[in-house]
Amino acid sequence: MHVELLFWEGCPSHPQALAELRTTMVELGLDPAEVIVREISTEDEARRERFVGSPTIRVNGTDVRPPAPDEPWALTCRVYYRRDGRVSPTPDPQDLRDALRAARLDSAS
Amino acid sequence: MITIGERAPSFVLPDTEGVVHSPGEAPATVVLFTCNHCPYALAWHERTVDVARDYADLGVRVLAINSNDAERYPRDSPEAMRVRVQRGEFDGVPYLRDESQQVARDYDAKTTPDVFVLDANSLLRYRGAPDGDYEDPAQRAVFLRDALDAVLDGRDPDPAETPPIGCSIKWRT
Repeated sequence: MHVELLFWEGCPSHPQALAELRTTMVELGLDPAEVIVREISTEDEARRERFVGSPTIRVNGTDVRPPAPDEPWALTCRVYYRRDGRVSPTPDPQDLRDALRAARLDSAS
Repeated sequence: MITIGERAPSFVLPDTEGVVHSPGEAPATVVLFTCNHCPYALAWHERTVDVARDYADLGVRVLAINSNDAERYPRDSPEAMRVRVQRGEFDGVPYLRDESQQVARDYDAKTTPDVFVLDANSLLRYRGAPDGDYEDPAQRAVFLRDALDAVLDGRDPDPAETPPIGCSIKWRT
């Protein structure tokens, strides 16, 4: 399983996102040290990585909360919506759990 | 950069209908740097609009300013600002466009949101976050409310400053 967190330094939410991701991985019996953390620091990198904002978390290359197809690449904070409708700078932990569980099932089959 | 107790810079900025606004001529003015696409600004937004509504009868003015570079961040365009106002998201709070980013520089605004409370003499009396937790609506922008209560009461806000939390202002390159 390949878990990565992409971040832009200009947004303050990535430490919280990384902590939430690691906590969720531990809950699921996964090794939190396996998270690959990568900084996106230029607009060229944002375009190459299809980075729509910070933080972006991908499991096996798939965003845990896939952005809209027309979402522009940008060095910006990403706007997430929790399942209860609240705006958040980080993804809903349930979205993390679902993505990690699905990837774990895929690798087991 | 302005410090607590100093006179805050004046400005003349247009709202989404082209009407210009300046701070002052009120017992207190809140200058709020915000934008359309920052999760922190959005999370705190309703609470700050509630403050504007709750303190309007006391003569307090709230001016929201978007200084972000709309060329690299089209979601912060004047048109996107207008859409939000027309949807009623600002409930009468003027949403001003700082196209040159000069006002943000003059105030040394750091983030969205970044709150500045001015007294009747346009002296800066509070600067920082609306409250201590963007995730908790029950906080009700208590830092901002307490600062306004103090200013209206002739007291010094305590604390007078808190660290502003949010997305960085999107400066032009």
